Amino acid sequence: MHESPITGNGDVVKARQAVRVLAQEARLSLVDQTKLVTAASELARNTLSYGGGGTMRASIVTRGTSTGVKVVFSDQGPGIPDLDLALTDGWSSGRGMGLGLSGARRLADEFTLDSAPGKGTTVSVLKWAR
Amino acid sequence: MTNVGESDRLVGLLTQGREEFTGKWVRGVTSTLAGRLTAAEVQQDLNELYTALVEALRNGGVATRNEAYGEVRSLLTELSRNRARQGFSPTETAFSVLALKDVLEPALADGADVKAYLQLARVLDDLGLYTIEVHAKTREEIISAQAEQLLELSTPVVKLWDGVVGVPLVGTLDSARTQVVMEKLLQSLLDLNATHAIVDITGVPAVDTQVAQHLLKTVVAARMMGAECVISGIRPQIAQTIVALGIEFGDITTKATLADALRHALDRIEERGPVEIGGLL
Ligand SMILES: Nc1ncnc2c1ncn2[C@@H]1O[C@H](COP(=O)(O)OP(=O)(O)OP(=O)(O)O)[C@@H](O)[C@H]1O
Ligand SMILES: [Mg+2]
Repeated sequence: MHESPITGNGDVVKARQAVRVLAQEARLSLVDQTKLVTAASELARNTLSYGGGGTMRASIVTRGTSTGVKVVFSDQGPGIPDLDLALTDGWSSGRGMGLGLSGARRLADEFTLDSAPGKGTTVSVLKWAR
Repeated sequence: MTNVGESDRLVGLLTQGREEFTGKWVRGVTSTLAGRLTAAEVQQDLNELYTALVEALRNGGVATRNEAYGEVRSLLTELSRNRARQGFSPTETAFSVLALKDVLEPALADGADVKAYLQLARVLDDLGLYTIEVHAKTREEIISAQAEQLLELSTPVVKLWDGVVGVPLVGTLDSARTQVVMEKLLQSLLDLNATHAIVDITGVPAVDTQVAQHLLKTVVAARMMGAECVISGIRPQIAQTIVALGIEFGDITTKATLADALRHALDRIEERGPVEIGGLL
């Protein structure tokens, strides 16, 4: 279990590196490593820029005979009022491409998004080794 | 200035004992610097400082914010900046000032001297803190200057061919790096009279939406200067990730390797060459 704060740009870089290490440990293929690292990078930056900072928890998980890496980001920020809108390709409340959240969902094997106004946001991505 | 009178005694003490005090002060400071500065160098700094300090006490009392301390401050600024550049620690630097306290303590004769000493101790504490402040600021300046240099070094723009410049990107692309890359690329397009630019991302470990956005901006800027821009070094795992993310590079030419990109640029130059000459004639 790896836990680290996401409170600055340097933390986003560190988060990516930590996820990369776990993905290698769990023997994800190079493509899957890159996909998970990229998804984590998107979510870490959202946590920072929209959630006002938060934490990342990353761990190796097993289910039956499968091994994977799960990464969870949580913040106590303003939350997302409209989840469907936030998950729409190309929609951004800022000046981004609006592809981070929806892209992370496509990059992961399993994706959860839990958010409500005033309640903060928790997003998780999971990638299985195959 | 009510405290000018109170410091008269201090000025008298320091003027009288000048030889003895400065001698001990220089020896004390030199010994802590472990040979990294000679006694002569330390002596010059501290003698000047001693003179300025006595002057300041005479004219401004113990109020170190008083403008009478202007000279003392500028000497301390210079001393701290030099020490920071030479790699001395903030503690070592502040000690140069604070060591004067140790020198004066044994010279105390009676109760009145003790009061004078305590006043001077407060002055020296103030000045010691000031040296730490300047030292920290100088070190910050040095660090950011070095980071800037590194930023430039890690993103060199190279001339690959007549009319073709290349930018090999390595590592994490943040906003600051991208800004530098973009400026350097645009400047070299101009300086080298180049018509083609190749941005190679073989050394970039992951391309997320932020990196992609930075890349796209760079390409657009190069185009505005009339250059064609190719992105090369897109490895298979990066290509698949970009597609899954949903990023579209639009009509931007991408190539697997730098060699492919260069070949493409040269083909384009050959195609375009006669047309351009025709236009000029
Ligand atoms: N942790 C969060 N807290 C609050 N709002 C969020 C959070 N994460 C995402 N959002 C909202 O969802 C929107 C879409 O996020 P997404 O990552 O897809 O796009 P973006 O960050 O705006 O742009 P980019 O393509 O650069 O990631 C954001 O603009 C923001 O309004
Ligand atoms: Mg985002």
